Amino acid sequence: MSPPLLLGVEEEGQSNVSLMASSPSDCISQNVSGLQERNYLGLSDCSSVDSSAASSLPVDNKNKLNLKATELRLGLPGSESPEREPDLSLLSSGKLDEKPLFPLLPSKDGICPGSQKNVVSGNKRGFSDTMDRFSEVKSSVYTEKNWMFSVGPDSESPQSVGQGKFPGNSGMNPMLRPTGAQQAIMKEMAPNALERSRPAANGTHNKASASNNNMSAPAAKAQVVGWPPIRSFRKNSLATTSKNNDEVDGKPGPGALFIKVSMDGAPYLRKVDLRTYTNYGELSSALEKMFSCFTIGQCGSHEAPGREMLSESKLKDLLHGSEYVLTYEDKDGDWMLVGDVPWEMFIDSCKRLKIMKGSDAIGLVELTRSVMKLSRMDKCSLADTKFGRNCNKKPNTIIMVYDHATAV
Amino acid sequence: MSYSSLPEDVLEHVFSFVQSDKDRNVISLVCKSWYEIERWCRRRIFVGNCYAVSPRMAIRRFPEVRSVELKGKPHFADFNLVPEGWGGYVYPWIRAMAGGYPWLEELKLKRMVVTDESLELIAKSLKNFKVLVLSSCEGFSTHGLAAIAADCKNLKELDLWESDVEDPSGNWLSKFPDTCTSLVSLNIACLGSEVSFSALERLVVRCPNLRTLRLNRAVPLEKLAHLLRQAPQLVELGTGTYSADLRPDIFSNLAGAFSGCKELKSLSGFWDVVPAYLPAVYSVCSGLTTLNLSYATIQSPDLIKLVSQCPKLQCLWVLDYIEDSGLEALAATCKDLRELRVFPSEPFGDEPNVSLTEQGLVLVSEGCPKLESVLYFCRRMSNDALVTIAKNRPSMIRFRLCIIDPQTPDYLTLEPLDVGFGAIVQHCKDLRRLSLSGLLTDRVFEYIGTYAKKLEMLSVAFAGESDLGLHHVLSGCDSLRKLEIMDCPFGDKALLANAAKLETMRSLWMSSCSVSFEACKLLGQKMPRLNVEVIDESGPPDSRPELPVKKLYIYRTVTGRRIDMPGFVWNVGEDSALRLS
Repeated sequence: MSPPLLLGVEEEGQSNVSLMASSPSDCISQNVSGLQERNYLGLSDCSSVDSSAASSLPVDNKNKLNLKATELRLGLPGSESPEREPDLSLLSSGKLDEKPLFPLLPSKDGICPGSQKNVVSGNKRGFSDTMDRFSEVKSSVYTEKNWMFSVGPDSESPQSVGQGKFPGNSGMNPMLRPTGAQQAIMKEMAPNALERSRPAANGTHNKASASNNNMSAPAAKAQVVGWPPIRSFRKNSLATTSKNNDEVDGKPGPGALFIKVSMDGAPYLRKVDLRTYTNYGELSSALEKMFSCFTIGQCGSHEAPGREMLSESKLKDLLHGSEYVLTYEDKDGDWMLVGDVPWEMFIDSCKRLKIMKGSDAIGLVELTRSVMKLSRMDKCSLADTKFGRNCNKKPNTIIMVYDHATAV
Repeated sequence: MSYSSLPEDVLEHVFSFVQSDKDRNVISLVCKSWYEIERWCRRRIFVGNCYAVSPRMAIRRFPEVRSVELKGKPHFADFNLVPEGWGGYVYPWIRAMAGGYPWLEELKLKRMVVTDESLELIAKSLKNFKVLVLSSCEGFSTHGLAAIAADCKNLKELDLWESDVEDPSGNWLSKFPDTCTSLVSLNIACLGSEVSFSALERLVVRCPNLRTLRLNRAVPLEKLAHLLRQAPQLVELGTGTYSADLRPDIFSNLAGAFSGCKELKSLSGFWDVVPAYLPAVYSVCSGLTTLNLSYATIQSPDLIKLVSQCPKLQCLWVLDYIEDSGLEALAATCKDLRELRVFPSEPFGDEPNVSLTEQGLVLVSEGCPKLESVLYFCRRMSNDALVTIAKNRPSMIRFRLCIIDPQTPDYLTLEPLDVGFGAIVQHCKDLRRLSLSGLLTDRVFEYIGTYAKKLEMLSVAFAGESDLGLHHVLSGCDSLRKLEIMDCPFGDKALLANAAKLETMRSLWMSSCSVSFEACKLLGQKMPRLNVEVIDESGPPDSRPELPVKKLYIYRTVTGRRIDMPGFVWNVGEDSALRLS
């Protein structure tokens, strides 16, 4: 490939670069045929004809998606956006009748060429991998009532985590983020974003080459794991600094507060950012999702969307059976039951979280209850959640300081 | 007399002047005898990926090493993209070195998991141990540090740069015996809890060679003056919390203490800074070459006042509170500036909270002729600005731009920023490190592949349109060692077409891209000297092969698949390699 010509000096037809700007479809077929594949693996035997043919399809689909994606939607709570299918349905639905470019690869429908992936991941959010990122989505307006874990009477749905559609997986899977759903959130936030700033940005909807950016105004700051690239050390330091200053004045939480969460029996621990939750309901819901993998065993099950609801409620029941209790270690190193102090106080003093088996925690529960009763703190909604206390076994490791047993 | 007939010890003596790893590696390739001589006299090894080679192999080839540097997790682990338990354990290395390098003096680790057990083993087995640098490490507590303090009789340097240290209560600083007078550098800035001030003071007093002291936040400002008076020879100081009640006696005490530190060249810390106390450091400003104000939440006027007094400044780290006006002052005053890092004060806010734009960076690029290293967080950028910066500073070596909102276009033209970054790589011919952001198409990668011939590390997020982008980079960047990509529409084609390139690189990270599981498997099977690791916390990736792989980490290695992979990491190189979690 000849070197691209930079900075405005154009010669017709010589460089791919100048052609790239003209139209996406030209760009793709041109570029694919110009792709100098170093045939290291003897894989690329396909002709450029195939390539062009194959790649023209994604462009169409891309455009189709573009249009959909640019629809402004209100996204009221409870509303569904069925046409905003997540990635998977697109990939597996055979809409793309495409031959993969590497013949050695199994020709599954789902192998998506880069350009297809374009649309979804380009729109402000590709995949996300951990709960942290999901829960950081700051759009409490767009909560979904049909979201799985309604935690308790006073808990809203958690911060908008999507439209309840996971790509084919059991909804319990916290790791597999529904890109489509996330994309939907992006779109739904876009109206606000567009209104608020950069009215001129609307014009770029029609810019040809910038196919990534269908939503030209960046969607309202959906937080993404890994972005912006700031180290936890710095995030936590700034968070503490802002807390110390008295000038919070209603701005959004100053950065993150990552703490470790472990669970009895889970092979590895996770980190959560406490600042992304505003009450215990959100936190417990997020943790449920995060650790549900371990609760229900294998989470690789490949379920169609319709069957998601089943497993959701199954899990709910499981957890309502209160096998697990959420505890935390406070500043003094004591292990306390989560939920008995006001949220703000909890955030201040919580150093790490642990999801304990209910049987191990029964003493802790009673202890905490007693302490709290004495200090007359407000009870929290957690009392009513699946992190409940229906265990009847005797404590074996917790030292009982108070003698009276609280009825559980 | 030919070179090959020079006696060994002469050659060895000659080689001892060659410190750079690259040159040493070249020497070892000349002939067998040079290989042998060189390997016996190499004193320092750097292993950029701890899984690229086994400790035994390293020790076997270089038996007389005194200094080891290791890196563990991929860089994106800094941003929470790598789950806990991924790996990077140093213990196997320490165990091997306890036997193989009994005279080891220095150990520098980055992004590794270090346990107390490891630290205790170091303390017990390495009698001449002098330097321990734990940069962004985790997994250990002050118990481990106590072992180091107590048993490393010749300890010169203990540096815990931004590590995550468990802090059970314990007075580890007092474990330094009274006979320990060798400390030259102590960095405990990352420690969350208090250390015993009296132990700290005693340590400082009895170590006359102490040059670097970075305190943690818990050390109160009122006590800083006292420490400084005990150690006026300090060259690098990190303050603790920089706030106290406003009292003239505290201030004058502090100012007096600072004025006694004639050697001070580097300042950091400044947590919770109260602007009224800043003038206490004015007396040392004229000699400062490094200033880290990246935790100092003070506003532009105070920052300007401070920076304007530091004409010799070479390295400034600061929050975006400095704003364009502060950067203008910086450009006017600090003509020696080599490195600038501007961090965001409110990265998760919806709206800009400060007036920091591309203009600030342009001004610095104009005013500071030696500027070569930039890390800049901002909320808007233009191609014009980038072109200007590129033309102003063709000597740029590291350019990392983070426009906070993903895919932000040129705010003036609403175009992608391809041309701007293209100018950077075209003009800055020695560019070694580049981080992209903003709206970018495949074009920017074409520029990079064409011009960035010295580029060693590239970080990409939310950019590109197709595999072509990745292909440009992999096929064009001759010096590429590390490539990390998140959320880009790059898939199988470019990866497979450039498979051999991956063996010339240290590592490739791709997360939230479009690489299929089949492609990973193919790559892993065909390239035995690569570890192709798929990270998937939700279950075996082959159970949903139609979905793109979530996270992919590919690195070259001579030791095959690693044996410490957790349940959510799959090495997809071998047919039978897939394990169910």
